[in-house]
Amino acid sequence: MANWIPLWLHKLSSPPVFYRFAGTLRPWAIALALVLGLVALYGGLVLAPPDYQQGDDYRIIFIHVPCAWMGLFIYGVMGVAAFIALVWRIKLAEVVAMASAPIGAAFTFITLVTGSLWGIRMWGTWWTWDARLTSELVLLFLYLGVIALYHSFEDRRQGARTAAFLALIGVVNLPIVHFSVVWWNTLHQGSTIKLLGPSTIAPSMVWPLLTMVVATKLYYVASLCSRVRADLLSLEAGKDWVRQIAENEVRG
Amino acid sequence: MNPTRQRRLTIVLAILAAVIVAAALVVYALQQNMNYLFTPSQVQAGEATSYKTFRLGGMVKADSIQRSNDSLKVTFTVVDAGGAMPVEYTGILPDLFRENQSVIATGHMDGARFIATEVLAKHDETYMPKELKDAMAKAHAGKHIDEAANQDKQQL
Repeated sequence: MANWIPLWLHKLSSPPVFYRFAGTLRPWAIALALVLGLVALYGGLVLAPPDYQQGDDYRIIFIHVPCAWMGLFIYGVMGVAAFIALVWRIKLAEVVAMASAPIGAAFTFITLVTGSLWGIRMWGTWWTWDARLTSELVLLFLYLGVIALYHSFEDRRQGARTAAFLALIGVVNLPIVHFSVVWWNTLHQGSTIKLLGPSTIAPSMVWPLLTMVVATKLYYVASLCSRVRADLLSLEAGKDWVRQIAENEVRG
Repeated sequence: MNPTRQRRLTIVLAILAAVIVAAALVVYALQQNMNYLFTPSQVQAGEATSYKTFRLGGMVKADSIQRSNDSLKVTFTVVDAGGAMPVEYTGILPDLFRENQSVIATGHMDGARFIATEVLAKHDETYMPKELKDAMAKAHAGKHIDEAANQDKQQL
């Protein structure tokens, strides 16, 4: 019986263990994210050929689509962490959920801005109230709502649990964002990369896109590590392991 | 799992289920009337009569674009699988506007014509280099010829 996985996870959920783990993981994640991000940018902006109908303007896809996926992915992670935080009251889950919100909000904001820039060039408008654009805006508001609710409580753990509730309820928006282009007539086109069935993008264009997807994931991991570390230190201030780190810092 | 966690789990799952059902009902209800656009055949079937202004979506018919010589006025025909609608527009068109391109026009009906105040170009989710597109068009054209030849053979 391989019970080392749950055991390892259980150990990892203890703040000092996770603090050290995140500290080791962070530099690797940030370095890989930087390298892959630069490779993807070079591949997308220089190596990939122009599109047959959109010319060079389509190249914003290499930012827009990875960021849009991150907006949804991070919300998913936040939802799972919020669920764990609400049911099992694990401190680390609360911290992960709340530390994810600003990163996800930033990615969603970038998605909306790059989408706007793309829209004015291709569609002829900055903004329109179609189902995809509107549900993506709702996603940004959900993130902002979670952040605001978290900070409106004196007690941070109380705030985290209340905001986790909003985060969990907002998860229903994720399938709406994803399937909005299928369920309704929208100005926004359908999905290009399909998990089931062939994707409608040339191989010379898809590899920079997927490389950027990996780079943004790694950036999220790195950013989450540093945010969680900082939050753990301030939440656990006064505990032995934090005092030890502080003393080592002073001596060092 | 201890009883406290069990209770929390039940409450959270129950609320989540309720929210999902509510959202599903809202999405289902909106599917009937939250369409971004009407197609020419929908308009001709009278589905858009309750709207003063609405969006018309479809393909620009080939050889239907007529530009005025002395103004920005342009007329074209928008078609879908089962209908066609003449559209009149005065203004600057998006770069992607051309024959056989999907467009979405906002405006109102004036008799049988659609007077647009805004014309947006819709593009599909396909991305490929120009050379590949040309090669595919060539292959496609070649296939048509083959099919025509086969039909001729069958007739003979």
